[in-house]
Amino acid sequence: MEMTGADILIRSLSDEGVKHIFGYPGGAALHIYDAIYKQDKVQHILTRHEQGATHAADAYARADDSGKAGVVLVTSGPGVTNAVTGIATAYMDSIPMVVICGQVPTHLIGDDAFQEVDTVGITRPCVKHNFLIKDVRDVASTIKKAFFIAESGRPGPVVVDVPKDITAQTCEYLYPQHLTMRSYSPVTKGHPKQIKKAVELLLGAKRPIIYTGGGVVLGNAGDKLTEFVRRLGYPCTNTLMGLGAFPASDPLFVGMLGMHGTYEANMCMYECDVMLAVGARFDDRVTGELAKFSPNARIIHVDIDPSSIGKNVSVEVPIVGSAESVLEDMMAALNETSTQPDADALGQWWEQINRWRGLDSFGFDADGEFIKPQRVVKMLCDQTGGDAYITSDVGQHQMWAAQHYRFDKPRRWINSGGLGTMGFGLPAAMGVQLLHPKAEVACITGEASIQMCIQELAAIQQYELPIKIVCLNNRFMGMVRQWQEFFYDRRYSNSYMDSLPDFVKLAESFGHVGMRVENSGDLEGAMKEMLGMKNRAVFLDVVTDQAENVYPMIPGGAGHNEMVLKPGAQTDDMQERELA
Amino acid sequence: MRHIISVLLENESGALSRVAGLFSARGFNIESLTVAPTDDETLSRMTIVTEGGGDLVEQVTKQLNKLVDVVKLMELTEGPHIERELLLVKVRAMGSARDEVKRLVDIFRGRIVDVTDSIYTVELTGAGDKVDAFIDAIRPEDIIEVVRSGVSGIARGDRALKL
Ligand SMILES: Cc1ncc(C[n+]2csc(CCOP(=O)(O)OP(=O)(O)O)c2C)c(N)n1
Repeated sequence: MEMTGADILIRSLSDEGVKHIFGYPGGAALHIYDAIYKQDKVQHILTRHEQGATHAADAYARADDSGKAGVVLVTSGPGVTNAVTGIATAYMDSIPMVVICGQVPTHLIGDDAFQEVDTVGITRPCVKHNFLIKDVRDVASTIKKAFFIAESGRPGPVVVDVPKDITAQTCEYLYPQHLTMRSYSPVTKGHPKQIKKAVELLLGAKRPIIYTGGGVVLGNAGDKLTEFVRRLGYPCTNTLMGLGAFPASDPLFVGMLGMHGTYEANMCMYECDVMLAVGARFDDRVTGELAKFSPNARIIHVDIDPSSIGKNVSVEVPIVGSAESVLEDMMAALNETSTQPDADALGQWWEQINRWRGLDSFGFDADGEFIKPQRVVKMLCDQTGGDAYITSDVGQHQMWAAQHYRFDKPRRWINSGGLGTMGFGLPAAMGVQLLHPKAEVACITGEASIQMCIQELAAIQQYELPIKIVCLNNRFMGMVRQWQEFFYDRRYSNSYMDSLPDFVKLAESFGHVGMRVENSGDLEGAMKEMLGMKNRAVFLDVVTDQAENVYPMIPGGAGHNEMVLKPGAQTDDMQERELA
Repeated sequence: MRHIISVLLENESGALSRVAGLFSARGFNIESLTVAPTDDETLSRMTIVTEGGGDLVEQVTKQLNKLVDVVKLMELTEGPHIERELLLVKVRAMGSARDEVKRLVDIFRGRIVDVTDSIYTVELTGAGDKVDAFIDAIRPEDIIEVVRSGVSGIARGDRALKL
């Protein structure tokens, strides 16, 4: 039977197993919206802004260990440009996503037609791949390719641009079962020789560190990693994107590394003699100054993307493959050899690490007149048993969430690490709650970030998503204020959040529950009350200490061993002298 | 060092801009880039000349390989290869210069393909340095217009870039 391009498109999504798509209608997409109306397999979630749609779909994919892509549908022109921030966000964090864009009819392309933009051109630098469909007979196969590319290898967003006339034309529908692309075939299995080399190098280590990133989470290799690390007894650190891949409660976990990571994780990176990096990309926020990076380390780098390897630092043992497959093969190689880790050296190394740990670099003074933001996060962690899905925005609150919520499972921590997109948190929480209707989902945000996608409170009401919003309200773009305090002589240029709305009334006007806490003593009860409201979205506005800064910190140009600690903290040398 | 990379890519609209976009986004420089369809009309072959160290060219080839439209590539300069560039140049040729240009063209095994009473248009092929040398040999004030095709290349012996 002949079907229209629009019907074929939606049918293809349904055959691909898609349950939800996030979007916003408009002229060029109207045939597609009509096709949505005529079926009930694929549910459309109407966000209130295309940016919200992309973040929601992105987080929907992040929280799903099936590795399926999130799906977005927008109209041409402004629909596409509004979606670009979300596409770039997904691209930087390697999130599988398929974005379908309406386009002006084929004969108008290039004419500066109403609501025309060069979608393929605008999105090219921030997608894994993109397509412009030119023939209705290509609709089904292009959708198939889009999912295949988005979900395989190093995942990423794929844009499919569909001119309006194509969605009206008809042809026979056939969804391809299999697909091979001569120009695209990602490698998953690591080279056996390299694996053997890596294991030998690891077993010879005296001061090893295992450093893992988002690739382990995306590749569902958390269990394999945990087994491998425990078998060796080596310290493990995760990047901001990799939190939860290794259980934070495990004593072998030395915490997050990087700009606002733990002192011990960063010192391990600096002092190590052998480093195993898995699914991490040596990002500048992680390495600090490259010239001072891990001066004595012999580096093994496992990544599914060959171009990640050797990009920023030179690597002795490169291994191209998926985190899961390579860790499994490395485990097998460990089991085959009779060599054991050097117990003496390891004992000394752990002694050193525990001295660093003793500094308690994330520690903070919970007392005082004002509510400490760190305490809010810790309390949320305790009250949710460390088992909630936490989305966040960007700023100090994001760092405190990463530092103080204990992520023991992968895919629980959902944030924009690569692009650092304010406005991500709230729509992200929507996506996660839709995927996991029964789970506890909280968005830790700041009063500046939350205003960037605040309109999604309406969608949250429409779809009855019981999200908990915890706003660490310091009346400042805190992270900007912190940098201005440190590096601009306290000239707080445009970082004060004047004219804030009354968030309680705002939440209520959208039909949600609004709560505000100003006194330390009220926090615990308020949080309990919030979490007790299982079927309601709640906005908890917590007035926090304005002056609080995120510590420790690797300032620009510094190495891992040059962290700035919280005021009054002892340095390692001081402590060592004291111990001696 | 100068590197020549040959690339087979899907002959689709947009493929060229992906490659060009990659070079500008990552700050790789392109000395020249040529592209045309191959005997298999679904494929284009591109020759890119770039300048940089070994690490850089490794990153360039990895990034190229990552593009979904790129089917296969080869760094020609890794082994023996033949490199050719086409030059068309319009030269002022009057009086004694007329003979001199003619002689130079013969030495460089070029051809004069168009003539007026004051101008020769010369065609010449060769490796980049031969083309450079010919241009250098002509007095700058006599050069009216220069067109270079950019480098094309192929590996020597049985090394080949094909599917
Ligand atoms: C879209 C966007 N614009 C600007 C920035 C730069 N930026 C990073 S953090 C930040 C302040 C965030 O303030 P808030 O949400 O209140 O969080 P806080 O740092 O106070 O916890 C800004 C402006 C950004 N990351 N994203």
